[in-house]
Amino acid sequence: MTAPVETRELTMGQAVREALAEEMRRDRTVLLIGEDVAEAGSPFRVLAGLVDEFGTERVMDTPISEPGFTAIALGAAMTGLRPVVDIMFGDFLTLVMDQVVNQAAKVHYMSGGKLRAPMVVRTTLGATRRSAAQHSQSLHAWVSHVPGLKVALPSTPYDAKGLLKSAIRDDAPVVFFEDKMDFAVRGPVPEEEYLVPLGVADVKREGDDVTIVATSSMVRVALTAADLVAADGISAEVIDPRTTVPLDREALVRSAVKTGRAIVVDEGCERYGVTAELAAVITEGAFYHLDAPVRRLGAMDVPVPFSPVLEDLTVPTADRLADQLRQLVRPK
Amino acid sequence: MSRATLPVGPGRPDWLRAYADMLRIRLFEQRVDELYRAARMPGLAHLYIGQEAVAVGVCHALGEDDYITSTHRGHGHCLARGASVDRMFAELLGRAHGYCKGKGGSMHIADQERGNLGANAIVGAGAGIATGAALSALRRGTGQVAVCFFGEGALGQGLLYEVMNMAALWRLPVVYVCENNLYSEYTHFRETTAGTMGARAEAFGIPVEEVDGQDVRAVHAAASRAVTRAREGGGPSFLHCHTYRQRGHHVGDVDRAYRTRDEERDWAERRDPLRTLAASLLAEGAASPADLDRLQEELETEVGLGVEFGLNAPYPMPEEVTRDVYP
Repeated sequence: MTAPVETRELTMGQAVREALAEEMRRDRTVLLIGEDVAEAGSPFRVLAGLVDEFGTERVMDTPISEPGFTAIALGAAMTGLRPVVDIMFGDFLTLVMDQVVNQAAKVHYMSGGKLRAPMVVRTTLGATRRSAAQHSQSLHAWVSHVPGLKVALPSTPYDAKGLLKSAIRDDAPVVFFEDKMDFAVRGPVPEEEYLVPLGVADVKREGDDVTIVATSSMVRVALTAADLVAADGISAEVIDPRTTVPLDREALVRSAVKTGRAIVVDEGCERYGVTAELAAVITEGAFYHLDAPVRRLGAMDVPVPFSPVLEDLTVPTADRLADQLRQLVRPK
Repeated sequence: MSRATLPVGPGRPDWLRAYADMLRIRLFEQRVDELYRAARMPGLAHLYIGQEAVAVGVCHALGEDDYITSTHRGHGHCLARGASVDRMFAELLGRAHGYCKGKGGSMHIADQERGNLGANAIVGAGAGIATGAALSALRRGTGQVAVCFFGEGALGQGLLYEVMNMAALWRLPVVYVCENNLYSEYTHFRETTAGTMGARAEAFGIPVEEVDGQDVRAVHAAASRAVTRAREGGGPSFLHCHTYRQRGHHVGDVDRAYRTRDEERDWAERRDPLRTLAASLLAEGAASPADLDRLQEELETEVGLGVEFGLNAPYPMPEEVTRDVYP
C-alpha cells in the first residue's frame, strides 16, 4: 500500500499527463512525438494542453508513420534527447518491431555499452472497447521477451505517474502500457513529487489463503474477485508486479510462500504469455511451500472479436477469477 | 597505435590525405578477406572495396562533431571517420579490445567518439537513426549534421520514405547518401527499382545531386554543398553516388554468377577510385611516385600491425556476456 490515505484524486489520464508535464519541465531534453499528440492531445485526450505549455517543438505531431517516427525518436535518444513516443494503440507495436526490438533494445549491448537509447514507448493494451481485433490486443508479453527492453504496466493513477517518471529518467528503452479502458479510473495521487521505481512489486491487498498476481487493469479484477471470495471466508492477497521487466521475483515468491497458493491473471493471451512466465517464477521459487499447482488466467487464445457478447468472453473477469480462487483454495 | 604519418607541405593538400584514407580502407578490407579465407575470422564481412571514394569524400566534408550512420558494408565509413584499424580488427575478430568489446562485430561497429552511430544489419534502418540525430542536433541547437549512408537496396525499404518525408517537413540537417553499387546482394538494381532513384527524394522536395562515386573530389564537392545546406538550415539533401562493389555481396560470395567478369574488370581497371586519384595526383604533381610508394608502405605496416593487434587481443571474459544489456 504505497499511496497515502489523505490525498487528492486524479484519473489515470491526468496522472500520466502530470508525469509528462513534470518531466518536461524538469528536463528540456524530454519531448513527445507521435500522431495527434499536439493540438488533438491524442484520441484519449491524455495529452490535452501539453502543447500549450511546451510548444510544437517538444510536442511533435507526426505523419501516420509509426516506424519512421519511432526510428527518429531512437536516433534522437542516441544523441542526447529523451523522447516519449506515442504509439496510439498497442496493436501498432507490430509496425515498430524493428525499431524497438532490433534497434533500441540492442544498441547498448551491440556497441559494447557505448551507445544508449533512453526513450519511452507509451502505448495501450486492453480489450472490451468494442474496437475489434486490430485495436484491442495486449502485446506486453512480446516486448517482455526481448533483452534490453524494460516493460511497465501500471494499474493505478499513482503507479502510472510514478512509473512513467522513472521510465523517462531511465537510460534504457522502456515500453509503457496503459490500459485504454482505464484513463478515466480515479485514484489518489499526492501533490508532492514522487517516483515509483521500475522492478518493485506492490501488494494491493493483503491476504493469507491465496496469492493473486495481477497486472494492469487485471488488478481491479483481482481486487473485486478478492471481495467476492471474502464472503466465502477466503482471504486473498493481490500483488501487482507493476513491471514485467525488471521483475520483482522475490515479492511474488514471498507472497506465494506465505499463502501456499497462487494464480496469475493477465490480459494478454494465455498461450506463451505473461501468466506462463510469472507462474514459472512462482513455481520455481516457492515449490516446497505450495499446496496446489499455480494457476493461470489470461485472455482466450483467439483474435479479439467485435461483437460485445463475444468480446466479453475473451477476457478474465472477476466472476471467473473468483470461481478459480474457490477451486484453488477449497478443492472439491 | 598511431596512424601512418602523411606527407605534408605546400602543394600537397587534402587529396593526398583522402588518398591515404581510401588506401587504408582498401588495405584493411584486403586483410579482412584474407582472414576470412584463412578461417581466422568468425562470421562474415561485407567488403567496401571499390566504394572508398564515397565514404572518404563524404566524411572529409564533415566536422568532428557530426554524425554518421553506416550499413552492413560499413568498414569504410568507420575508417573514414577516423577509427583505428587495430580496434576495428579486434572487433571483427570478436576480441575484448574491439570498438564494441567484440559484442557487435563487423555489422554493428559503432564509434561514438567519432560520431559513428553504428553500422546496421537491417537494411535502411540507419536512415531513421540519422534523421533522429538530425532532429536532436536541431533541438539542441548544436549545428551538427547527420549523414546517412545506405546502398541502393535500401530504396526498397518503406522506412526511408517515412523519414525523408519528416526530414523535409521539419527541415532537418541530414544528408542521405545513396551508394548505388548496382547490386542489392545478388540482384541488379534494375530488377528491383521502378522509376528513377532521384525522383524518390524529389517527391518530398529534397534536392538530389547525382555524382560519380568513383571520383573522391566530386563526391567531396557534392557532399560539402549538402552539408553546408543542412548546417545553414536548408534541410535535407540526397546524394546519388554511382559506384561499384568490386567484390561479392560478402566475403563468401566468390562465384558472382549474377554479373560478368568483363564488367568487374572494367570497373576495377578503368574506374577504380584509388587508381584514378593516384593518376591525377601524379599528373598534377601533387604527389610523386615515391610519395605514393611510401604511403603504401606505411599503411601496409599500419594495417599489418592492426591485424597482429586484433589476433593477439584477448577474447572477452565470460562475465561480459551479461554486461551492457541495460545501462
